[in-house]
Amino acid sequence: MNLAIDKVQDLWVSVCSPQDITPGTGVCALVGGRQVALFCCRQTQAFYAIDNFDPIGGASVLSRGIMGSIAGEPVVASPLYKHYFNLNTGRCIQTPEHQLNTYPVRISGTEVQIGINS
Amino acid sequence: MDNISVLVVGNGMVGHKFIDNILASEAADNVQLITFSEEPRLAYDRVQLSAYFSGKTEQDLALTDEAYYRQHKVDFLLDTKVISIDPTAHTVLTDKGNTVAYDKLVLATGSYPFVPPIPGNDQPHCLVYRTIADLEAITESSCHSQCGVVIGGGLLGLEAANALKNLGLETHVVEFAPRLMAVQLDEGGANLLRHQIEALGVQVHTQKATTEIVSGEQSRYRLNFADGTHLETDMVVFSAGIRPQDELARQAQLEVGERGGIVINDFCQTSDPDIYAVGECALWQGRIFGLVAPGYTMAAVAAAHLSGGELAFKGADMSTKLKLLGLDVASIGDAHGQTEGAQSYTFHDEITQVYKRLVVNQAGDRVLGAVLVGDVSAYGQLLQMMLNDMPLPDHPSALILPQVEGEGAAGMGVEALPASAQICSCYDVSKGDVAAAVANGAIDMAMIKSCTKASTGCGGCSALVKQVMDSELAALGHEVDNSLCEHFAYTRPELVDIVRIKQIRSFDELLASHGKGLGCDVCKPAVASILASFWNDYILEDAHIGLQDTNDIYLGNMQKDGTYSVVPRIAGGEVTPDKLILLGEVAKEFDLYTKITGGQRIDLFGAQLHQLPLIWRKLVDAGFETGHAYGKSVRTVKSCVGDAWCRYGVKDSLGFAIDIENRYKGLRSPHKLKFAVSGCTRECAEAQSKDVGIIATEHGWNLYVGGNGGMRPRHAELFATGLDDQTLIRYIDRFLMFYIRSAERLQRTSVWIENLEGGLEYLKSVVIHDKLGLADELEAEMAGNIAKYQCEWKTTLENPEKLKRFKHFVNAEQEDSYLAYEVKRSQRMPAKSSQIIDVLTVE
Repeated sequence: MNLAIDKVQDLWVSVCSPQDITPGTGVCALVGGRQVALFCCRQTQAFYAIDNFDPIGGASVLSRGIMGSIAGEPVVASPLYKHYFNLNTGRCIQTPEHQLNTYPVRISGTEVQIGINS
Repeated sequence: MDNISVLVVGNGMVGHKFIDNILASEAADNVQLITFSEEPRLAYDRVQLSAYFSGKTEQDLALTDEAYYRQHKVDFLLDTKVISIDPTAHTVLTDKGNTVAYDKLVLATGSYPFVPPIPGNDQPHCLVYRTIADLEAITESSCHSQCGVVIGGGLLGLEAANALKNLGLETHVVEFAPRLMAVQLDEGGANLLRHQIEALGVQVHTQKATTEIVSGEQSRYRLNFADGTHLETDMVVFSAGIRPQDELARQAQLEVGERGGIVINDFCQTSDPDIYAVGECALWQGRIFGLVAPGYTMAAVAAAHLSGGELAFKGADMSTKLKLLGLDVASIGDAHGQTEGAQSYTFHDEITQVYKRLVVNQAGDRVLGAVLVGDVSAYGQLLQMMLNDMPLPDHPSALILPQVEGEGAAGMGVEALPASAQICSCYDVSKGDVAAAVANGAIDMAMIKSCTKASTGCGGCSALVKQVMDSELAALGHEVDNSLCEHFAYTRPELVDIVRIKQIRSFDELLASHGKGLGCDVCKPAVASILASFWNDYILEDAHIGLQDTNDIYLGNMQKDGTYSVVPRIAGGEVTPDKLILLGEVAKEFDLYTKITGGQRIDLFGAQLHQLPLIWRKLVDAGFETGHAYGKSVRTVKSCVGDAWCRYGVKDSLGFAIDIENRYKGLRSPHKLKFAVSGCTRECAEAQSKDVGIIATEHGWNLYVGGNGGMRPRHAELFATGLDDQTLIRYIDRFLMFYIRSAERLQRTSVWIENLEGGLEYLKSVVIHDKLGLADELEAEMAGNIAKYQCEWKTTLENPEKLKRFKHFVNAEQEDSYLAYEVKRSQRMPAKSSQIIDVLTVE
């Protein structure tokens, strides 16, 4: 498989305006049939997007977790059993075998867009 | 050692200790243990017997249980008395007719209460105070009595008097000697004790020899005294000392003392080397030891000797420290100064009712003994100085004089104690044991207690154990990292002070000035809670919303499938039929699973995010408020119906429960807080299992604090008695704010109190006696919090911007497709995970 091709985003989906996300919290967006948790960092204004489904707790709840940092890495803590997921890599910190999809986020005009492979 | 059969006659505290010692030894596998108990239950804590009257149950007092014995293959026969021993045949005979053979026999038969040979002493309602059965008899008798007399003003007699007083009887103590506790106290100490006890309403009669118990004129009985006076009473409890239970030994012709007691050598062997005697039945060098600690030592010695060890019994220190009718009393060593050349220092404060006497040797450089009444804080130090033969400091009087603010404590530091110094006498824990626990990672009192058992018996050593722990932690260079998390190098109480004193209003401000990084799920909710405790702003304001746990952020309790439960406040559990119908209608409309909670309210499960505002609109319109079931905050005040309906109620527990629930509702705290109010001592509201428990009595409210259910259930402890409404509210205000200020994150009140240096007594000194001068400040903080109360759901419903968050998708109206349900017992329940996986695959 060609990595370069893999990274090509052929679809950017507008989900909301930046004002719809209170900095320091997350929302859940429906993107191409997938539930995506979208976060905005209060301190850095950076956006992150990962799968919304917590594979350990078994429910669609990650957008409702608390954001923060562990050893400098941005994370969200699942509200169910407090597992941390790295917002950059999608990997669970306590049980790294759990790997979530991550999605690129960009601001286009007045819209927040999430990129997915078609 | 070959497989041998060891019989233990008597399963009291010492008999059980012996068995425990054997089980813990290397010989355990080679010994078949069989124990006999005359009582219908296995060993229990006789030292704490009086706690039975303040709410402890048989189970609380139990030292072991049948499952434990079975698991360790210890055979036991309850309700079975050994009636004779045949030392030649090596057998015993029981009252059930069984003959049991032994290789070694251990007599742990204890003692029996001495009942003076007074004519009339065998009538009904003439009782003793030693076993649980005795307590049950006293309780039963108290239901048919107004007045009770304890004969005997010693240590046990005063405990019995306390029991009678707690049972609501007019209480008298009759003592033959000229003063109370004649063995342990000198005249000055005994006078103060008498004065204090009389102030509590217990009448003391000294120098009274009872000659007969006859029918009374006003009461059931009349005690006639040798001096011609008399006293009328409905009940008599004899507590005139104990006698060793040596009947079996006499029958078996073992050597016994002139005044009773089975003679033992230094290895606890009787005159028959295959028979040992331990505890209060044993006589060592002409002495009986009527305390549990020496009994435990004997149990250890006998167990060691039996399995080839080398321990020897060398006598025991009989110093004691205890609380009698709420008054602290301690006696150390030669309290009467009977040693030749003994001299003493005395301090007597009639204002605050403190008496202390320090007895020193002729040279004035060693402690011989002490009497402490009213303030026993010097006990641990003086006892250690005596036991370890440590030299006195330059001004020995400083050891008993009150400390003046700003001056360091007089005397020695715990560093000076040898490792062998015994810190906890109930469980024989040495300074070395505490040090070892610290070296193995124990860093707080709760951990020390669980791994050494120190301070879990009478609790008298807790301050000393804490000092040793602290000094060991320091000595190990073990810098205790109490940081809240990687973002704040402060403890929760420190953050509270920073927020309070610097008037910090937001997490951003605190992180910028005192933290680093972005924060996390530990520090954010902790700080949110502190901010809410002191400033009580709306928790969903933009500055605070990202700090909240999901429960707080959506004002509901998240369940396993990501839906929420809804719990409206039903103060005191009182609800009108109309409101109940409305709850039912809402539950029906949204198909919510419905259950009654333990806190006397109703929980509606399975609400999705978008349904929460719709549900709450209806509830708020009907007059409901949020129940804060989602917060680490004041939850419920459970109640019984009290004197409004109940035949036994003595006060309006229901009205009071509703008032205090409305006063403290939603108060955010380090952990959840549960309250209850009972209308009489039958305690139907189970107040003694709550953080704040209130029980009505004829004399006012009794306040209990520090109870909880859950994983480690705790009984609340009695904090204050006979309070009026206003005083009670003031104490609760102070108690709660002091807890909020000084507890660690997620620390329930029970553990917080356990970890306070000085424990419950210290807490009383702060809350009741205002030792720290904080009372006004704490009350003002509570008033500030209460003034800013708002129903968070009402505020949210009025705020369209906030309502936008209550939907599953920011960009779609669909619901979460992973949710799956089945119907069970006519209600909707989450489907089992196997069914959910089916749903996911179908997608």
